[in-house]
Amino acid sequence: MKFHNLTIQDIRQKLNSGELTSVELTRVCLERIKATDDKLNAFITVCEEEALAAAAVADQQIASGNGALLTGIPVAVKDIFNTLDVRTTCASKILDDYVSPYDATTITKLREQGAIIIGKLNMDEFAMGSSGENSAAGAVYNPWDTQRVPGGSSSGSAAAVAAGQVVATLGTDTGGSVRQPASHCGVVGLKPTYGRVSRYGVVAFASSLDQVGPVAGNVEDCALMLGVVAGYDPADSTSVDCLVPDYLENLKTGVAGKKIGLPKEYFIDGLDPDIKKAVNSAIETYRQLGAEIVEVSLPHTDYSVASYYLIAMAEASSNLARYDGVRFGIRQDSGDGLIGMYQQTRTAGFGDEVKRRIMLGTYALSSGYYDAYYLKAQKVRTLIRQDFHDVFEQVDLLLTPVAPTPAFKIGAMTNDPLQMYLSDIFTIPTNLAGTCAMSLPCGFSEDGLPIGLQLIGKPFAEAEMLQAAYAFEQATDWSDRVPEL
Amino acid sequence: MKISQKDVEHVARLARLTVAPEELEALTGQMDAILGYVDKLNELDTEGIEAMAHAVPMSNAFREDELKPAIGIERALQNAPVAGDECFTVPKVIE
Repeated sequence: MKFHNLTIQDIRQKLNSGELTSVELTRVCLERIKATDDKLNAFITVCEEEALAAAAVADQQIASGNGALLTGIPVAVKDIFNTLDVRTTCASKILDDYVSPYDATTITKLREQGAIIIGKLNMDEFAMGSSGENSAAGAVYNPWDTQRVPGGSSSGSAAAVAAGQVVATLGTDTGGSVRQPASHCGVVGLKPTYGRVSRYGVVAFASSLDQVGPVAGNVEDCALMLGVVAGYDPADSTSVDCLVPDYLENLKTGVAGKKIGLPKEYFIDGLDPDIKKAVNSAIETYRQLGAEIVEVSLPHTDYSVASYYLIAMAEASSNLARYDGVRFGIRQDSGDGLIGMYQQTRTAGFGDEVKRRIMLGTYALSSGYYDAYYLKAQKVRTLIRQDFHDVFEQVDLLLTPVAPTPAFKIGAMTNDPLQMYLSDIFTIPTNLAGTCAMSLPCGFSEDGLPIGLQLIGKPFAEAEMLQAAYAFEQATDWSDRVPEL
Repeated sequence: MKISQKDVEHVARLARLTVAPEELEALTGQMDAILGYVDKLNELDTEGIEAMAHAVPMSNAFREDELKPAIGIERALQNAPVAGDECFTVPKVIE
């Protein structure tokens, strides 16, 4: 069975009618993982026994008419979500032997809807990276071309969906980590508004920017997954107590009469010609669908990468102070006292990119530099948010590319971290502003690599953004293509 | 240069990391390039602009001070590298 052209609701019907059992479906996923993951390395942990046992229970629930939205459907999550009695490594050596003593709220919500957690997905270590290469579990490879990166940091979350290993996954997006890999792998990925989804139990990278987001093969499944995980959580004091609409209910509303803005700072000279062509064609599609297209300006865009990396690194240096060999993770101790144990543990446990960011963050927060770096970056962040606030007085949505180039070759930027950071230019500003955004397929490069379109919505207007994405998806056939593996 | 090898060694100590001598030059160069790049923020006049700490405006989130079930000592210690007597065990701090 192939579920590339089936939505979660199609599968739901097949399960409910008895045409398919959850055990059969789970076996299909497990076999697909076995058949493809030596090429992709998308999974860190596969929970085969637990998944099959859960599938058998799900089949009983379905037979007795007690199925929920995701009952019996296998999904997978980035290895950053605490999942009870399963390893959660964040693709780091320092958490190599860490077994979660509890479920993240998002995992609880998936389980409440009957989802089967089939495994934990590879990623850039502690979600730091744009290529999927910074992993103690080894790099992830792009299903469309295994010589290329899948994007990052939710590399496994995007690759697994693109390769048909599972129908949907969860990732996290701090500066584009759901949208950019979704774009590079030709799937749909959504970063909700800051505060929309609980982060309780999700390992923290940069707390003022991190947000949980779904990845799926189509817009409808992405909407369904968002509805499952969204909502206020008393255990996360940054989650926002506002109504979660039914994202599926008005999905077919269309975009007629909507005003879509094209921020001119995102359509720069250096943009890859294939991407320019695909995005321009998407703009034309939206025009034909009845949207009004206007040029707008987000004048501080050029400062977003600098502001973002200072804030993200500073917060990371603070958040990652907890990995000190005391309460969890590995410990290295050659008997040089407590400080020596900290140093040896952290030096042995963290990878190069994580160390680099901790160092830069520590520097930016250190005495004498705090005002010049961290405080300055926070002030510039205010200007960037104001840009979005102003522009959303004029338009309903923004349309931009997701990344300046299609997926690049493995190793192409390994020795040039700054160049890698600059590739996040189109996704970072929305994390700084806190608003919602998503990536959906809008074409292919001449080399056959997927290209993603970014829609940016007003804060907490995910429903409207999904409606626009759905209209585009129905009018085109980019989401129907699947990679050959 | 924005940052010297000596600065990098100092920051490493603050961050409880050790930089191997053979990595120091390359790391200093990378950090210097990144710090040089972020200097572009100084092109902007931010006089009078409020610093933004959070993406959504929020004040303190208070809750009632009530007892609730907690994770339990066994669960809390299950990942400890070294534990004993219901405690995390660390190297001796005071001589």
